[in-house]
Amino acid sequence: MTAAAPSAAAGAATPAARRPGGAEGPDASRPVRSRRPGSWWREARPALLFLSPWIIGFLVFTAWPMIYSAYLSLTDYDVINSPEFIGVENYVAMASDDKLLLALGNTALFTLMQVPLYVVVSLILALLLDRAGRASGFFRTVFFLPKMTPPVAVGVLFLLLFNGQNGIVNTVLGWFGIDGPAWTTDPAWVKPGLVFMSLWTVGASVIILLAALRNVPEMLYESARLDGAGFWRTAWNVTVPMISPALFFIIVVNTIAGFQTFDEAYTAFFGSGNTTYSNDAALFYVIYLFQQAFGFLNMGYASALAWLLFVVIMIVTAIQLVVSRRLVYYEGDRK
Amino acid sequence: MQRTPIVFGLAAATALLLGGCAVGTGGSGGDADAEYDSGSDLSGELSVMGFSAVDEVAQARIDVAETELGDVDVELIEGELDLQQFLSAVASGEPPSLLYADRDQIGSLAARGAILPLERCIEGEGIEMDQFLESAVGQVTLDGEVYGIPEFSQVQVTMANADLLQAAGVTIEQVNGSDRAAMTEANRKLAKTSGGQVQVIGVDSKLPEFLPLWVAGAGGSLISDDAKTAQLDSPEAVEALTWAVGIYDDQGGFSAVKAFRDSADFFGEGNQFATNTLGAMPMEQWYLNVLNDVSPDAPMAFDTVRGTDGEPIAFTGGSAWAIPSGGDNPEAACRWARAMTSTDAWRAAAEARLAARDAEGKPFTGILTGNQVADEEIQGMVTGGGEPWDSGVEAMYEANDHAVAMPANPADAEFEDAMQDAVNRVLNGQAEPEEALAEAQEKAQKALDDAWAELEDGD
Repeated sequence: MTAAAPSAAAGAATPAARRPGGAEGPDASRPVRSRRPGSWWREARPALLFLSPWIIGFLVFTAWPMIYSAYLSLTDYDVINSPEFIGVENYVAMASDDKLLLALGNTALFTLMQVPLYVVVSLILALLLDRAGRASGFFRTVFFLPKMTPPVAVGVLFLLLFNGQNGIVNTVLGWFGIDGPAWTTDPAWVKPGLVFMSLWTVGASVIILLAALRNVPEMLYESARLDGAGFWRTAWNVTVPMISPALFFIIVVNTIAGFQTFDEAYTAFFGSGNTTYSNDAALFYVIYLFQQAFGFLNMGYASALAWLLFVVIMIVTAIQLVVSRRLVYYEGDRK
Repeated sequence: MQRTPIVFGLAAATALLLGGCAVGTGGSGGDADAEYDSGSDLSGELSVMGFSAVDEVAQARIDVAETELGDVDVELIEGELDLQQFLSAVASGEPPSLLYADRDQIGSLAARGAILPLERCIEGEGIEMDQFLESAVGQVTLDGEVYGIPEFSQVQVTMANADLLQAAGVTIEQVNGSDRAAMTEANRKLAKTSGGQVQVIGVDSKLPEFLPLWVAGAGGSLISDDAKTAQLDSPEAVEALTWAVGIYDDQGGFSAVKAFRDSADFFGEGNQFATNTLGAMPMEQWYLNVLNDVSPDAPMAFDTVRGTDGEPIAFTGGSAWAIPSGGDNPEAACRWARAMTSTDAWRAAAEARLAARDAEGKPFTGILTGNQVADEEIQGMVTGGGEPWDSGVEAMYEANDHAVAMPANPADAEFEDAMQDAVNRVLNGQAEPEEALAEAQEKAQKALDDAWAELEDGD
């Protein structure tokens, strides 16, 4: 072990010197030589080769469409004819687009309602599953299965389950003496209905939270018990802080998904079965974007809308990140 | 310092790439080289988008068309027209040879140069345009040019439950639209609600889709004949919308009626007429066949829809064949369009349908082809199904003779959207008819002005 001292003292912590046990290579005391030109490329080449399917996919299917979309947002383009450069006209036109504000407002409201409910329900189910013992596996599968249902089918199902006349949701509410609203036709209840329907896919978040719950050290609970903390105090002071990274992840991901809501609402209110009656309460941003692109063939304007959504999501996510610095606890960050 | 030219070079290359990506065919894929001649031998391939051989009526006509096309290989791209799919094909520079679209899509596609004017096709193949319903031809004519060969016709017929009418002391004449005050009164007598829930819909005025029908019934139109002026805020439109929404208000509001309507087994034997839960509604003629098929004993009564002058009226729709710009076989496309809409093809289709219905022991209730000569011939082949179905078929043919339609316009999607938004806002209680229609008028007129200006600039 003494042989390691000179090199360590000299600060020449070569890989050999850092090996477990401090074993040195034969030339550990040799000064570090500068890399020969091209050595980086030789080292990186195999890595790039293995990464190339992903890199090519990213460039072709993500980066390039984004660059192209940015370009199209500066054009008047109807798909049929070549794009005509018009500068920032599409962005200026947004300012006087009432429907854009309606769609953005609907989307923001839906997201504000949906995300907290989604997280709370996910957490409750995860807590229950955590205590379910052997049955946990079965219920985990049961909760996750609806996630596999195609969103279009969920949209159709929404119309059936939430029908104000004879839908099963109102039937169940009726058992408790509650007159259910017209979820699918009353503008005031359309968004709450869609929020409840979105809980259909809560399973994925439950699985993530369950994994986080199972990583909370048992000794923290034991300490809390010794200190006389009850269930709620333990949950609030131990469980939630310890799983806050997972909670934060779910909040961010669901916020982004909320702003991108499309399939279920489109199927239920704007699809082929509802080509004439479209409830504006369900006009979400991406639906409006889709209408502009493929209904009115304003692909340039639709591209500009897509970039506005990108900016909105970036801002909201940035705010969430800033707030998270005060609220999310990362064990590795302890100072 | 050497970075500047590199950056400029990259920027120039990016701009070139981006510009080159968007191909499009508008205006660059004409048919100047095509020689349309009904006697010529054709070859090559014909890709048809938007049409499926789903039944004997389609298959019999395909057989006729394929015979006339000779050596041409026909490829049917299955399913209804998916505009996304079509636009993707256009953007990639490989549009289909032929398009089967709703007639109300033709105006926008034509204005953007996505489909060809068919004057040379019609002349070369000898397509007799005067055989087609005038209203159908109007739907595919933009700025004096025909862009589609129409086929099929959908018209509305008044359908009612005779038992409910009798029990309420109401006659079919009171629910056919001729006297709107009487129809309002009949609705109140027929409708039943309990605890805020609809039990029986008295009359369904079928908003938002049938606003144009009710406006036409009052002698109005939502757009001028030259398709340049929106008339969404006309007195006829305001009156029609106010009255038709009132029909729902008298039954607890559109929300309640729509929820009840959505819960019905519309295509099954538990439909609203068979279960005595709907008094009357205007409905497209194809529903006659559905009812006759699934609930032949339903107590039905039929009449045409009538205008406030008492005359039959219908608001027609249907499909059309159009040739995309840049298509690779316009001659074959034109021949196909001619053959599929010919009287011979429709006769073959009617014979096939008649045979199929005979085999099932059911009546043949006719086909509305959009071709008047074919319609007359097929009407002679209709087999009696006994009352009330024979009255229904009679009403259907009468409605077809009185059909009207909106002319093609270059902003049809925006126009339709403005109209439906207005109606939906009134139905949802978010606006009064005058206010909603005035706003729609402004939006629709702007869309029309912009589209016509662009079209005229393009000329």
